[in-house]
Amino acid sequence: MSDDSFEPKIVGFLCNWCSYRAADLAGTARISHAPNVRIIRVMCSGRVDPTFVLKALSLGADGVMIAGCHPGECHYIEQNYKAMRRYYMLQHTLKAMGVEEQRVQLVWASAAEGQQLADAIDKLVADVKALGPLGWSKNWAENGDRIRALEDIVNEHKEALEVPR
Amino acid sequence: MAERVGVYVCHCGSNIAGKVDVADVAKFASEHIKDVVVARDYKFMCSDLGQKMVEEDIKKEGLTRVVVAACSPHLHEKTFRRACSNGGLNPYLLDMTNIREHCSWVHKDPVAATEKAKSLVSASAERVKFQQPLEPMYVDVNPTTLVVGGGIAGLQATLELADAGHKVVLVERLPSIGGHMAQFDKTFPTLDCSACILTPKMSEVGQHENVRLLTYAELEEVTGSVGNFHVKIRQKARKVDFDLCTGCGICVEKCPRKVVDTEFEAGMGMRKAIYMPFPQAVPRVPVLDTESCIWFERQRCQTCEKLCPTKAIRFDQEDEIIEVDVGNIIIATGWKPFDCTKIPQYGYGRLPNVYTGMEFERLCNAAGPTSGKIVLRDGKTVPKSVAIIHCVGSRDLNHNPYCSGICCMAALKFAHLLIEKTGAQVYSFYIDIRTNQKDYEEFYQRLLQEGVHFVRGKVSEVTDATRRPDETGKTIVQCEDTLTGRQERYPVDMVILMGALEPQFDARELGLKCGISCSMAGFYTERHPKLDPVATMTDGIFIAGVCQGPKDIPASVVQGAAAAARVAGMITKGKVMIEPIVASIREEDCSGCRICNNMCPYNAIEFDETRAVSRVITALCKGCGTCVSACPAGVIEGAHFNNSQIFAEIEGALWDAVPPAGVPGESESAGVSAS
Repeated sequence: MSDDSFEPKIVGFLCNWCSYRAADLAGTARISHAPNVRIIRVMCSGRVDPTFVLKALSLGADGVMIAGCHPGECHYIEQNYKAMRRYYMLQHTLKAMGVEEQRVQLVWASAAEGQQLADAIDKLVADVKALGPLGWSKNWAENGDRIRALEDIVNEHKEALEVPR
Repeated sequence: MAERVGVYVCHCGSNIAGKVDVADVAKFASEHIKDVVVARDYKFMCSDLGQKMVEEDIKKEGLTRVVVAACSPHLHEKTFRRACSNGGLNPYLLDMTNIREHCSWVHKDPVAATEKAKSLVSASAERVKFQQPLEPMYVDVNPTTLVVGGGIAGLQATLELADAGHKVVLVERLPSIGGHMAQFDKTFPTLDCSACILTPKMSEVGQHENVRLLTYAELEEVTGSVGNFHVKIRQKARKVDFDLCTGCGICVEKCPRKVVDTEFEAGMGMRKAIYMPFPQAVPRVPVLDTESCIWFERQRCQTCEKLCPTKAIRFDQEDEIIEVDVGNIIIATGWKPFDCTKIPQYGYGRLPNVYTGMEFERLCNAAGPTSGKIVLRDGKTVPKSVAIIHCVGSRDLNHNPYCSGICCMAALKFAHLLIEKTGAQVYSFYIDIRTNQKDYEEFYQRLLQEGVHFVRGKVSEVTDATRRPDETGKTIVQCEDTLTGRQERYPVDMVILMGALEPQFDARELGLKCGISCSMAGFYTERHPKLDPVATMTDGIFIAGVCQGPKDIPASVVQGAAAAARVAGMITKGKVMIEPIVASIREEDCSGCRICNNMCPYNAIEFDETRAVSRVITALCKGCGTCVSACPAGVIEGAHFNNSQIFAEIEGALWDAVPPAGVPGESESAGVSAS
């Protein structure tokens, strides 16, 4: 599916304290990376409502990055764990909708990790390029995985469903 | 009424304009973004003229929203908020978007960078229309300050504040304040005695009416936020009653158990089981080391207890938690020396006459175990030749990539002391000599005159395997002299390894307690590496000394004083501004499900049982927004980051994207086929 001329449009939700500053540091240190991620600053990765991701994809984004402080280093003590919880729940939903899981990536980057964030951006862009544009309707109609994914959710992750959104 | 948005695209000299077509971005904004009434590009938006431009436009053009596309908001958001205020606009009606760090500096292709800049400006302009005026909140600042670490940086910070009339709580992990500086013999480049300049400061702190000194104590927990921190400190059991002890020292003198002092004497000397680390220790109250005490080993002895004239020995004393309220915290926890056994080819721990720098400090210290006589481990032989190896564990990709900064000068100091005290031939093995502070280069020149043999090269091995008759009984340093390109062997009597300065062993742990982060190397991250080196990302927490990065004594003193000045400023002001970025619940729409209650790590959401709704306690809310995204009814409003703002931002960011056809829940006619 890969196409050299395809430049994915990706929205990145970066937390104010670690990952946004990692992106700042990547800039200060002139660490070159792919220009496809359009960064939106949130105070915490815990602020990322799964509907933000769905909204971005539905508006034509080919991928989404959610970035926060490393587990254990959250500026708000533990909110990135909540982001992580939601992320895995969201992945199930996305799978059921036929969105490949590599399109939405959760990344940890401390304020000192400009290089790591730049690498993560490059990886996400490369992954999404390999997948090609988000052909949502096509996936939705043809992807047999949808049924299995739904079954997975029901059968294997009953306990996950009980976790508050 | 439609908003009137002003968009300002900064050139930042050529920093942005060199890559991004700023004029095109401004043109895009005025032509393609709804409600944009002014769009300009300007050389330096942060200059007075740039700010004036914003102010004038607010007044003349009646702007109701402002977007500045420039550098990171962490650098200049305050600047432009002030400009908005000056123009008569609520400062929270500004949005800054980052087209420098996140765009022009990191993308190679000017076209792609310009396109990204347009998206970022579009996102910002769409968002800003939904922003609402907010009023900052103010809280009182508790005038007491906590200083963690009683080394030279912490002492300086403590004295600056205490002398200015402010209360300080100083916490030190070890039995005495003084830090590493108390262990040194001389300080470079002046060669004045370290103890002579340090101990007056120590005793001043010990006696200061404004200082509450807690030694042999550790930070346990920090809660609260700038202005009002609540701190729990673990006062470790000294086994000595602090109030009764007069510091007479009889217990230390009579204690029958001697052990190697690995802390203060760096393993070069002995101490008793009950001990004061050094004669000038502050406070003069000994500590009983329960691991070596005979009483704790087999319930015998009690010599100290029997002989103490004031009956101050308390074998049953337990750790105690002391709670204090402070307004600000200065962290000055210093460093630990590199473990030289990690480089086995240098023979430390295996070859008897290989020393660490700290061991040598103790060896040549007049108050040290040999009374300042430089002798080999046999206790009598004076070395006739000494090798000093620089950069052990620093500038080494296997260990620490950074330069420890002070080792070159310390090595020069050692060379001088060796020549002065023993007349030995000194060989200094360096990669580069770094002497870039006041009077340091002059000291280097002096050592060249004194006849130190400088060998440029990284030592490959230190060994006792002899090859030549003249190497018998010697320690041989093998090194390629990179100036001559020849492998050489240097048989010497003594080798000193200039180990790196490493972050304190629990730096990360303490950082987590205080909510500050470490760099990759493990030193604390400052708010800005150049312009804000003593502040951290967490308001009210400051850093000073080597815990922020390797530095020498003068620089540590400067940082201690700088951190104190920052704190003193906050105390003088009496109030601190808190961003009004907090959550609030529309109670009339709250279903009382209580999902948000468990989301908050600060317990800032309480449940009103009578009305069955949840409520945010604004004073406790830190504004992370996790509850906002958790509310199934969407009735929690996260000020300045609310859903409509972020949704608008997403839409703006994707202004040029084509929505995929047949998105579930959307009409089939939306957009063209994406596949």
